[in-house]
Amino acid sequence: MSLFDWFANRRKADPISQDRQEREIADGLWTKCEACGVMTYTKDLRANQMVCPECQHHHRVYSPDRIHQLIDDDTWQPLDVQVLPQDPLKFRDRKAYGDRLRETQTKTQLQDAVQTGVGELDGLPVALGVMDFRFMGGSMGSVVGEKLTRLIERGTRDRRPVIIVCASGGARMQEGMLSLMQMAKISGALDLHRSQRLLYIPVLTHPTTGGVTASFAMLGDIILAEPKATIAFAGRRVVEQTLREKLPDDFQTAEYLLNHGFVDAIVPRTQLKGTLAQLIRLHQPASPYPTELEALPQDVAAHLR
Amino acid sequence: MLNFGGLTVFFGRSLGQAVRLWCEFRGVIEPMPTPQRKPILLDFEKPLVELEARISQIRELAEENEVDVATQIRQLEARADQLRQEIFASLTPSQRLQVARHPRRPSTLDYIQAISDEWIELHGDRGSGKDDLAMVGGIARFEGRPVVMLGNQKGRDTKDNVARNFGMASPGGYRKAMRLMKHANQFGMPIFTFIDTPGAFPGFEAEEMGQGEAIAYNLREMFSLEVPILCTVIGEGGSGGALGIGVGDRLMMFEHSVYYVASPEACAAILWRDAGRAAQASEALKITACDLKELGILDVLLPEPIGGAHANPVKATEILKSALKANLDELSQLSGPDLRRLRYEKFRKIGVFTEPTENGALT
Ligand SMILES: [Zn+2]
Repeated sequence: MSLFDWFANRRKADPISQDRQEREIADGLWTKCEACGVMTYTKDLRANQMVCPECQHHHRVYSPDRIHQLIDDDTWQPLDVQVLPQDPLKFRDRKAYGDRLRETQTKTQLQDAVQTGVGELDGLPVALGVMDFRFMGGSMGSVVGEKLTRLIERGTRDRRPVIIVCASGGARMQEGMLSLMQMAKISGALDLHRSQRLLYIPVLTHPTTGGVTASFAMLGDIILAEPKATIAFAGRRVVEQTLREKLPDDFQTAEYLLNHGFVDAIVPRTQLKGTLAQLIRLHQPASPYPTELEALPQDVAAHLR
Repeated sequence: MLNFGGLTVFFGRSLGQAVRLWCEFRGVIEPMPTPQRKPILLDFEKPLVELEARISQIRELAEENEVDVATQIRQLEARADQLRQEIFASLTPSQRLQVARHPRRPSTLDYIQAISDEWIELHGDRGSGKDDLAMVGGIARFEGRPVVMLGNQKGRDTKDNVARNFGMASPGGYRKAMRLMKHANQFGMPIFTFIDTPGAFPGFEAEEMGQGEAIAYNLREMFSLEVPILCTVIGEGGSGGALGIGVGDRLMMFEHSVYYVASPEACAAILWRDAGRAAQASEALKITACDLKELGILDVLLPEPIGGAHANPVKATEILKSALKANLDELSQLSGPDLRRLRYEKFRKIGVFTEPTENGALT
């Protein structure tokens, strides 16, 4: 029996009243799919990595679950958990940035919009960064920039492949130009990692936009995306304003980018770990035609933690 | 500029000379274009306008009545100079934004032609199937040595602005820039980039052709080049569209230029949900050269002539040229790998966060 049939049977076997259903959605016992409307027992949905068994809709997944989905049990070592955001511009829009940070930290139990660490993926040592959209829309400020840069430097030092799961609305405006410059900083770290012929794979999840798209999301040796993820540089509404006609429905989806040559493969979440392991193994051992490696500049090597 | 089938060539020191050469070549004698245009004044320059109107009024009256008012006029002119100096010394960020976007502000091509002994524009990006006129580049001779120069190009008038898409480059423009930078690296030429754009073009085709990828690729590849790279914000530095040609060994900025992560208009619309709050956003975002110097992002702040670069382009050119020369001389002492390493270290340091050290102190 396929997983699909199993879910279908399970639903048939357990008819429940409308009332009870609504109550149990509120309790979080059942989850209604926002794409097809079908109810799934939340436990089952989680077991299926939050992919609707009915329509394959990929519900949002946040950093702790992502890490759990990709990294082998008991091998995860988080890095730089003490790197905390500041409010260098004393920025205030409708709310002070400092307050916004504290509230978001309390609500999400995260320090900022990325978690980084090293661990094993199907037995393979990797350096993994996972962005978290709950933290101010996954926006990239100094902390995201610093933690990802250190992660990539760690990958370069330890000769590990780097994987970054992207989910971001772009640069964090509240940190002004400091946030824009993180795009360059991370790209510079990737240049060094690349100079050592090490593998970097970004995984683009919904949504990956703005400054993240215009930097590390698009710099993979291999670029993977989740089905139907929105991947864009400029927002759809902004693009619409420059255009008279209507935009195609699938504009700026993972599938659209695949068709236009900017994504290498769309991988359903349930197959992501396996695909990453396969790709990493295909790049090991190093090329049978070894070419001389560019020596890492000594000062840079010393700089890598 | 001479246009020979897509290859634009500029010889000699002045544009005027080139035009004359072209006229002789074509056997046409046309009247030289006279750039006597009415000044475009910004709202905060209003007190100046009034004063200047008074000066010319007095002058006319004096002429009619044959009275000598030279002393009074000199006094009034001195007052006008002082007033201009005062106004420009205390511009708010949103006023600076207006100066940075001034339609008469010297553009990339103006500066390139003015600082070079010779210049040949090169158009090909080798792939997008279209020449992006919002990004220009080529090879120039600067103080005797060949330098690849490139930058965002805004239009000099409405028609030109349409052709140049208001300085908003498409992926082809960023790929053209990178192709020229790789050329520089190949032949050991330094690179000067000039930044002046409201941002990368947020259009349908630009998205379809990979605007994000084009900028991202430039960011990474600029770190790998082993020749000196000097980036100068001459007007408006619009977000990723500016950064896409902005990774260098020195970031220089004219005093009234601005550089921002999001345009104050867009930022106001998103964070305040009110585009009318742009002035407030331009304060909050810290977009001026002074602010960026404080944040450790800007290396060299270039003073502007009183009244802004557009009020005295010749002076602005001199300032730019001597700063480029001084910084290029410094960077030319370094080896390629050293340039690359120092460039990384320069960007590596940018960012503000806290982290407890081993002894518990915050950094
Ligand atoms: Zn569904």
